[in-house]
Amino acid sequence: MNETSLENIKDIPAGEDKPLIHVAPSPHIASTSATTTRMMADVLIALFPIMCMSVYLFKWHAVRQIAVCLGCCMAAEALFAAMRGRRATLADCSAAVTGIILGLSLPASAPWYIGAIASFVAIGIGKVVFGGLGMNIFNPAMVGRAFVMISFANLMGASAYEQPGLGIDAMTGATPLTALKQAGSMVPLNDMFWGLTNGSVGETSALLCLIGGIYLCIRKTACWEIPAGIIISVLVLAGIADLAGPCSGYLVLHHFLGGALLFGAFFIATDPVTSPVTPKGRFVFGVGIGFLVMIIRLFSGYPEGVMFAVLLMNALAPLINRWTIPKTLGED
Amino acid sequence: MGLFKLKDFPGRGSFANGIHPPENKEYSADLPVEVMPTPEKIVLPLLQNIGAPCEPLVKANQEVAAGELVGKGKGYVSAALHSPVTGKVQKIGMMTLPNGRHLQAVFIKPEGEQLEGKALWDDVYGGDWPRDCPAVIHAQQIADEIQAAGIVGLGGAAFPTHVKLAPDDKKMIDTLMINGCECEPYLTADYRLMVEAPDAIISGALFAGRATQAQEIVICVEDNKPKAIEILKERTKKTVIKVVSVKTKYPQGSEKHLIKAVLDLEVPIGGLPSDVGVSMSNVATIAAVGRAVIRGKPLTHRIITVTGAGVHSPKNLLVPIGVTMGEAIAYCGGLKKEAVRLVAGGPMMGFAFSDMDAPVTKGTNGIIAMTDDDIRRENETNCVRCGRCVDVCPMRLVPTKLALAAKYKNLPVAQRYNMMACFECGCCTYVCPAHIRLVQLIRSGKALIIASQKK
Repeated sequence: MNETSLENIKDIPAGEDKPLIHVAPSPHIASTSATTTRMMADVLIALFPIMCMSVYLFKWHAVRQIAVCLGCCMAAEALFAAMRGRRATLADCSAAVTGIILGLSLPASAPWYIGAIASFVAIGIGKVVFGGLGMNIFNPAMVGRAFVMISFANLMGASAYEQPGLGIDAMTGATPLTALKQAGSMVPLNDMFWGLTNGSVGETSALLCLIGGIYLCIRKTACWEIPAGIIISVLVLAGIADLAGPCSGYLVLHHFLGGALLFGAFFIATDPVTSPVTPKGRFVFGVGIGFLVMIIRLFSGYPEGVMFAVLLMNALAPLINRWTIPKTLGED
Repeated sequence: MGLFKLKDFPGRGSFANGIHPPENKEYSADLPVEVMPTPEKIVLPLLQNIGAPCEPLVKANQEVAAGELVGKGKGYVSAALHSPVTGKVQKIGMMTLPNGRHLQAVFIKPEGEQLEGKALWDDVYGGDWPRDCPAVIHAQQIADEIQAAGIVGLGGAAFPTHVKLAPDDKKMIDTLMINGCECEPYLTADYRLMVEAPDAIISGALFAGRATQAQEIVICVEDNKPKAIEILKERTKKTVIKVVSVKTKYPQGSEKHLIKAVLDLEVPIGGLPSDVGVSMSNVATIAAVGRAVIRGKPLTHRIITVTGAGVHSPKNLLVPIGVTMGEAIAYCGGLKKEAVRLVAGGPMMGFAFSDMDAPVTKGTNGIIAMTDDDIRRENETNCVRCGRCVDVCPMRLVPTKLALAAKYKNLPVAQRYNMMACFECGCCTYVCPAHIRLVQLIRSGKALIIASQKK
């Protein structure tokens, strides 16, 4: 099949008086509601309340993170697309989505160059080297974040979140998960639900992540199987940890509402490109992420593990696709 | 799917996945069938069915009478061909069908007295339809008469009907299913037939049931046609025939999916409905069976829907098989300036054509004139692996994987993912947010597999 013959089918101008009829293989109609751009726009709509919350909580620090990442991701996309001699692919909004998710996943205190470096790594190494939109194996935003997290450990680690000097109320104490890990103390669940706690710029409000996530699931832009798998496995594993420990029921909800779990479950893990395509595979993928998140949270040196869990499971997505080929109608 | 279950059957009235395209049946759904006057010319391609072509029995300048045999089927899976009009054979020449096949055709010029208007309607679908099948008629005799009448599936696939309806000792048929789903958007030909000539269908069904020796006869109609369901239920009250309403969803009219929806049986991949004890025919086919067995008339006419935003006055038409597309469209007021695509069949699986001299064949159930607003032509972008094609594929395949395998001619992967099970319904292409022509790629992959098996 010659690729160019299918691409760029241009309209043939109709004749003056007689209709000009042209032919094409069936089907002759197509859904008008689903386009890649529309899917990306849905994500931006769902992220909007979270962005507002982040600005309310972290003031101009949040604005800076989002603006730097958004701008740098778009610039990187345009630059790399030009280097590859492709048409600019900014119109599909995918670079914008990567930028905003990346910005929302950084601590408010991180200097501007962290976001810039993360953005160029995200688009360049996370996406373009694989061949652009749809071809990458790993979630680009998480590739960028992992790069700066390891390269600038002091600016991205737990200490970056405790910056009383910034004058932001939320940032006077440790993040809920760090507090849990290091001191064993717990932040009130109410604050985590509404989002009045410390954390990465966009992850604090469990409520807004849920609202945005459910919107995406209803619009079918994100599938429901991945968040469901993540949440179920986190609840089960945190429940076991809870039963083994002293707290009754509190720890489960703390793990459920705390950290980037809900933000990651609905906005990061559901990236269609890097998750499996089959419904069963998506659920397995979600369960795997939830499992890894809890292993990292409970047993590693890091207080939070959504980023590494997503990246690890991204690597397994092709394999999961192979394991979960649906049974064809009429197959034995 | 839901918890909904059919009353008399094990199925749920639906199947997994599928799509809900806009129905667009309002153009023609409430218009009674009009009888088209005898056209200027008739073109009868010698292959209008799946299987072997016919051999022409007539020569140029020979006179033919209406209903006269003009082509004889070669082999068992083949169908005879009859002239729908009285006239003179002009020539036997080559022509091209909308599906791209070049083949021989008999060109006939109608001459002399023809059956027209009400008389033609009464001859084809009107009048009395006796219901009691004389006990002296043997099952095989019915199948023979169907074969002699040249009946093929009128739903689109055009498989010779006598093969499906013949008694078979090896594969017993339990259920005769009659398909009145008409799940393709735009088309209303079967709907009008069910509303206007239910008795022809019912009589045909009783004879077809006798031919297959089926225990049960069931007419399946999508629930977007309540009027047809009501009329059929009313008319079948004193018979063994059951009428079942199934969920409106494309492709409900696919035989494998209708069997799943009603009987909860899965036809094996590469198998036929007879493998699960089912024989299925379209309502129009069954009406033609009734006409052949009771009235001894061959298949020469059918109802088509000429519709769409690109035609001046949409109509349901009773036309002679072999009328040219151009004449049928001209009878409906001609094309509007906005028309950009003409489709023979439904918009999901039909064939686009541009040759107005192409004829309506036995399998043509409609002509749709579409405008730029109806068809969506956009540039293809990269697959983002969103999995929507997987979510809609009624065969539960992985279309994106199949399309890639086809694109890169990776036949082992294509076969591992059951490419040949795809029946090209087009749901995947319909939903693809990246506008990738998935089913078109899969079609090319299937052709490659068939070619590699022939070697």
